[in-house]
Amino acid sequence: MKSVKSELSRRDFLKTSGALVVSFSAVSMIGPLSVAQGPFDTHPSHVDPEKLDSWLAIAADGSVTAYTGKCDLGQGMYTAQTQLVAEELCVPLDRVKLIQCDTAITPDQGTTSGSQSSPTNFNTRNLAQAAATAREALIAMASAKLAMPADQLRVEDGVVSASDVGTKPGKRVSYGELIGGKHFDITVNANAKRRSTSEWRILGKPVPSMDRVALMTGTFEFVHNVHVPGMVHGRVVRPPDPTATLAHVDHDSVKEIPGVIEVVVRKSFVGVVAEKQWQAAQAAEKLKVTWKPGPKLPPQKVFSDYIRRQPSRDTMLVNSKDVDEKLKAAAKVLHATYFYPYQAHGSIGSSCAVADVQADHATIWSPTQSVYPTQHGISALTGLPLEKVHVIFVRGSGCYGLNAADTVSYDAALLSQAVRRPVRVQLTRKDEFTSENYGSSCVIEQRVAIDTNGAITAWDCESWSASFGGRPGYDTPGNVITGRLAGFEPETVKPRPASEPSEELSNGSNIVPSYLAGCVNGKCAGAGSIRSERVLSRAVSSPFFTGPLRSPLRLQNTFAHECFMDEIAASVKVDPVAYRLQHLTEKRIIDVLKAAAKAADWQARPSPRPQNSRTGTVSGRGVACVAYEGDNGYAALVAEIEVNLASGIVQPRRFVIANDSGPISNPDGLRNQMEGGVLQGMSRALAEEITWDEHHVTSVDWASYNNLPLGIEVPVVECVLLDRPSFEATGAGETAITLAAAAIGNAVFDATGVRIRQAPFTAERIKAALNERTAA
Amino acid sequence: MAAISLKINGRVHTVEADPQTPLLYVLSDELRLRGPKFGCGLAQCGACGILLQGKVTRSCVTPVSAVKDQEIITLEGLGTPEQPHALQQAFIDEGAAQCGFCLSGVILTAKALLDEAPKASDEQIRDSFSNVLCRCFAHTRMMRAIKRYQAGLQ
Repeated sequence: MKSVKSELSRRDFLKTSGALVVSFSAVSMIGPLSVAQGPFDTHPSHVDPEKLDSWLAIAADGSVTAYTGKCDLGQGMYTAQTQLVAEELCVPLDRVKLIQCDTAITPDQGTTSGSQSSPTNFNTRNLAQAAATAREALIAMASAKLAMPADQLRVEDGVVSASDVGTKPGKRVSYGELIGGKHFDITVNANAKRRSTSEWRILGKPVPSMDRVALMTGTFEFVHNVHVPGMVHGRVVRPPDPTATLAHVDHDSVKEIPGVIEVVVRKSFVGVVAEKQWQAAQAAEKLKVTWKPGPKLPPQKVFSDYIRRQPSRDTMLVNSKDVDEKLKAAAKVLHATYFYPYQAHGSIGSSCAVADVQADHATIWSPTQSVYPTQHGISALTGLPLEKVHVIFVRGSGCYGLNAADTVSYDAALLSQAVRRPVRVQLTRKDEFTSENYGSSCVIEQRVAIDTNGAITAWDCESWSASFGGRPGYDTPGNVITGRLAGFEPETVKPRPASEPSEELSNGSNIVPSYLAGCVNGKCAGAGSIRSERVLSRAVSSPFFTGPLRSPLRLQNTFAHECFMDEIAASVKVDPVAYRLQHLTEKRIIDVLKAAAKAADWQARPSPRPQNSRTGTVSGRGVACVAYEGDNGYAALVAEIEVNLASGIVQPRRFVIANDSGPISNPDGLRNQMEGGVLQGMSRALAEEITWDEHHVTSVDWASYNNLPLGIEVPVVECVLLDRPSFEATGAGETAITLAAAAIGNAVFDATGVRIRQAPFTAERIKAALNERTAA
Repeated sequence: MAAISLKINGRVHTVEADPQTPLLYVLSDELRLRGPKFGCGLAQCGACGILLQGKVTRSCVTPVSAVKDQEIITLEGLGTPEQPHALQQAFIDEGAAQCGFCLSGVILTAKALLDEAPKASDEQIRDSFSNVLCRCFAHTRMMRAIKRYQAGLQ
């Protein structure tokens, strides 16, 4: 997997690949492939997604080049998409070369995010459908050439031959002979038949990640390794607080530093460019900049109250209008409020990008998840026409959502435009931590009515999430810090009261608990049985930039729902798994819950665990489950933990995770996502929190933002993979992480009888709660 | 600026650099090595790890002048794609990565530890990784790879 090093080598590569047959048509009319204009889906661009040639090319030697708008961020999409193309075309894996996310040549598939890469490219549209179309077209060509009916032909290793080779030995023709180097000149056929899972020979197999040898031997090219002839180095100087504006820059303050080429100022954006990286780093450090501070930040201690007092933009997701009445009539009412902090993407590599902005064109080597939207953003920032901006994806450090990849691409473009030379920008760790778009902080308040049998009869849920900026998309470069500093407006929350829900429930952010029926106008799209239901979501303005962080809002909401469900089960003294099953109706979530409980050898009993002592170390188990985004993957997690009562330290020992993401493309890749997801979720549950004082973010490095290191006692992670060949492929990268905080929180309750309603579960927080218990 | 002689992956290089330049910048910008990477610049994560005279060292805070004529090994110097080192092979066999950005710190920390203490206990292994970070949390596979390699040493 060699990525392009420079404009020159990219052109050379394309020349020598022998099959540059991508169509460059005008923007196509809205057609079947481009109806859904969501941010993850396929958009018309100069690479027409309706045309087969936009997705696939076959060279004279039979090698296949496939073009995708979904890239490998470390989650395994390169390998899985290569498997997909090889499978549908019936060629060996090593004959397929995948080109990922390049605005010059790949279809615009928006953003590689949102657990949408599998749904978008592995079902019956886009890349999968293009490959199926190509296979059928090649068989039709072979049928004409061999003068045999298509149904008497078969394909193996890119050669079409008679099904009955024994009687017709000469009847064979290769893909290279049929199409080699030529256009297909057909549209993607929505009716082309995908190979059934029972026929799969490459998909569904644990193909090892194709980048592994290069990664392990230090030869893989990350964006940090891109070198362009004439390239110089840039650093940025960020404001000390999120809303400060620039007052003055003392250009003379760095004139003694050798190699400095320019101090670049654009409205409130400040950066330096120097010949060498070390010179740029020193100049950024020494440059005297005066900032006009923004308003004081709300005190962190009372932030959960602060959020709830802000004007909000409200959305009512479901409202059966009988909730108050049911709460009044209930045998018992439970009420609890949960809080989730801001957290960072915290990519291990501070973000980096390279830009070469000339008077009439620009090339950007970027780790962005969104090459086409970034092309739009850089066009706006530089004033260059869209078609003159070329954005090439080169993998960066794992991003887990909107880290600083987009903003550093803007930084590089602004600095390069100022000096008219290629500029590589490396953010510092502090830049990364203070200027990324954090995962949102949330407050979730819930009430339930319980009848005399201990069943839930009504559920009321009201949640607040802090929001500011976000993905820049195609038209809002101000949504990340560089765009805003350069004068573009970010998206802000515009307060608005809720109107009654009118359309069928879509639970994309998991704001609605899984146990609700989710009924709107008689149509019930929830995963549960509770029909007296009211769910109100309130977006409020955030003092910090926010954006999607792996399982955005889904994790925060699920933490609150699944812990609250556990509280309810405990209050009626029922086993937490059995109690969940009692209120679920969707078979797929029921199946993962049962599978996880079975694999974990779950002992049915109510929480907390009765025999646990009040001293020493106690153990407990907890469970959580989710219908991710309502219907984009299903998972259940059992956590087994220990709590040291003297220190308050929580030590997870074992996780059992069951996952259903439809038909499994690559079981090894899926396991890797599940294992990493659970453990990253554990770190977020136990350790991670953005902190601040009156004016500044104070979590600015790995000493002040706590990411669990490799040297922890790593708990056992056991994965149960439910293969569902008859369903569509769903996302799989965000299901596991969604559940960790809830399952661990429930296990802490099981072990100690103490309910922690605020993440992270630091030793101090656990200890304080235990002390409170003792005092009571 | 000064001419500084460096011994990297068995070859001698002479570079012109400000003696205070962090070694990492020389390795990645001047010598175009891809193994060591900028993670934090603060010696907190390990992504810039190299072996210096056999000891794992954070090149992001090591001035280039401090290492002249000493033996430096980077991740790409440990083995090659054609002939990976046995430790790299263990990571390949276990598929022990996701994004892979942290691997210099992870693999070279294990190499330095197990060179010195081939029978290192689990606790010793954990201690040596107490400030090595993998943000994708490929922890399970990484520890399995290290144990696999360690088993082969016995």
